[in-house]
Amino acid sequence: MAERTEVMQPRAPAPKREGSPWTGLWAVTLKELADHLSSVRMRVLEGLILLTALGTVSAAIQTLRTTVSEDPFLFLRIFTTAQQAGELDYSFVLFVSFLIPLAAIGLGFDAVNGEYNRRTLSRVLAQPIYRDALLAGKFLAGLCTLTIILLGLWLLVTGLGIFRLGVLPSGEEVARSLLFFFATIVYAGIWLALAMLFSVLFRQPATSALAALGVWLFFAVFWPILAGIFAQVIRPIDSPFAELGQLQLRLALSRLSPNTLYAEVLLSLLNPETRALGPVLITQLEGAVRGALPLSQSLLLAWPQLTGMIAAMLVLFAAAYTVFQRQEIRA
Amino acid sequence: MRAVMEPRPAPDAVGPVIEAIGLTKRYDSLVAVDHLDLTIQRGEVYGLLGPNGSGKTTTILMLLGLTEPTSGQVRVLGRDPARDPLGVKRQVGYLPDSVGFYDELSAHENLRYTADLNGLPRPEAERRIAEGLARMGLRDVAERRVGTFSRGMRQRLGLADVLLKQPQVAILDEPTIGLDPEGAVEFLAMIRGLKEDGITVLLASHLLHQVQAVCDRVGLFDRGRIVLAGTVDRLSEQVLGGAYRIHLEVEGQTPALAAALGDAPGVVRVLQEPGGYLVEARSDVRGALARRVVASGGSLLSLRLERLGLDEVYARYFQEARRDG
Repeated sequence: MAERTEVMQPRAPAPKREGSPWTGLWAVTLKELADHLSSVRMRVLEGLILLTALGTVSAAIQTLRTTVSEDPFLFLRIFTTAQQAGELDYSFVLFVSFLIPLAAIGLGFDAVNGEYNRRTLSRVLAQPIYRDALLAGKFLAGLCTLTIILLGLWLLVTGLGIFRLGVLPSGEEVARSLLFFFATIVYAGIWLALAMLFSVLFRQPATSALAALGVWLFFAVFWPILAGIFAQVIRPIDSPFAELGQLQLRLALSRLSPNTLYAEVLLSLLNPETRALGPVLITQLEGAVRGALPLSQSLLLAWPQLTGMIAAMLVLFAAAYTVFQRQEIRA
Repeated sequence: MRAVMEPRPAPDAVGPVIEAIGLTKRYDSLVAVDHLDLTIQRGEVYGLLGPNGSGKTTTILMLLGLTEPTSGQVRVLGRDPARDPLGVKRQVGYLPDSVGFYDELSAHENLRYTADLNGLPRPEAERRIAEGLARMGLRDVAERRVGTFSRGMRQRLGLADVLLKQPQVAILDEPTIGLDPEGAVEFLAMIRGLKEDGITVLLASHLLHQVQAVCDRVGLFDRGRIVLAGTVDRLSEQVLGGAYRIHLEVEGQTPALAAALGDAPGVVRVLQEPGGYLVEARSDVRGALARRVVASGGSLLSLRLERLGLDEVYARYFQEARRDG
């Protein structure tokens, strides 16, 4: 007994973990990446994105070829030019903002509960790694997969533009479209983190997929409507100033949605003429010089939205992380 | 028992391999593990027995640092699993209850992922994987998708997975459940083989006769406590009084004969059975019983000795616990 007390010192009040939380991160990332890139699910999503993107871009190029007006940002118009198809206007960015969340949710919705249901979770966590490495590795692998898809798409569109339009993009256009590419990855990251959060919260992959898609649908369809209704209720219009107030409230509410943030970032990056993302009074336009903003100013305009998106991604990932750390892993 | 074990050369080869003192885990109102004391020596095969939900898996998870104990202390190879889980998990292999693999990957790829997670360099990993697959008789199916594997093959792959990190301790949770009898026997032989390699084995199961076949010592788990511990023989004696049961088929049964049988040295009790008697004894008293039957004028038709196993210990213990409770 005396020997025992010597060996077993009383535990410190707040035990500090030993070893790096990143041990095994690389192994998890590579394995997940390989899984994603070879999975049927990913091929279907890639095919879907590729087909719609090429369709919209080809149609945009057709439209652009028929216009004769001189445009210093002709290249960026490939992304944003909308075509009419029956009742609907569609453009490349519209499709990307529609399909990328879908792809991200598709990659993340069974990240943790899938391991749980395959009964691999306890075996993997019995290896000398922390849970941090598993979750972060899965997130990184998802983000890498999306980056690969988007990079391929971006190169394809740029190449198609050069080939079909016969115009080389200027340095600024390349910079703007690369920033658009980066913003899209962050946007995808938000949905990936959300899907992973649900995969930690719910035991059934079907439930987590449905929940993530529900949130996406809510922000894509219902939130703009609800933001309008809330603004009307909270700030009814009884004076011209109230009208402005309502407009601003509505904008502030709609900016809670990552879709709005992403749309505003795209607007300021891909349309250099955009000079404000909120209501502009006529008095403010007095004496303004017409024309495009330089890249630095466009970036400044999109900065709050961009940081907001990055923050949303990190908050969602942190939430998933916290819940996962506390979870019992026994099957 | 301890003296026979040859300690493996290891930096932390001091004291017992696994030591728990007053280990407790509470989930809200439920006490899963209740002031558990457990000491396992190097090179032992220790059986953790108990019905489902008695706290075996929770104990294992606390030993691995996958669940934090509410109170109490644990040391595995001299380390605290809550504080240094990586150090513990580097040297402890764990085969979970109904282990899972990535079905779309081959056996070899599954093991390579484990090797990567353990940070083994590639050539060393390949060597160990080939060795493990060969040892478990899976060499011919190494490149087959695990989705096509039978239950027994998965279990053997699980053991190969445990051996990959060359552990000092192997913790196996219900390793033989769902295996056919032949597969179970084969698997138990493999577990016995771990002992020969100097690996300390902690085996949790509710399949008693299998535990009995391989374990040096067992601990009987009930509602989060180890209620009985020791070698199988000790336990049978403790719970059953006698570890021998003798069935006698006798013609001409009389109360006097029953009393005479009960008086034989070493007999614990005599029970009436259809066609004869059942005698429980501390030793093999068949000769004495046969003589007494003949002496009383009865004719002995048959005499059958039955060694008592853990099944009876277990059944009797819980019977008595229920009656007392």
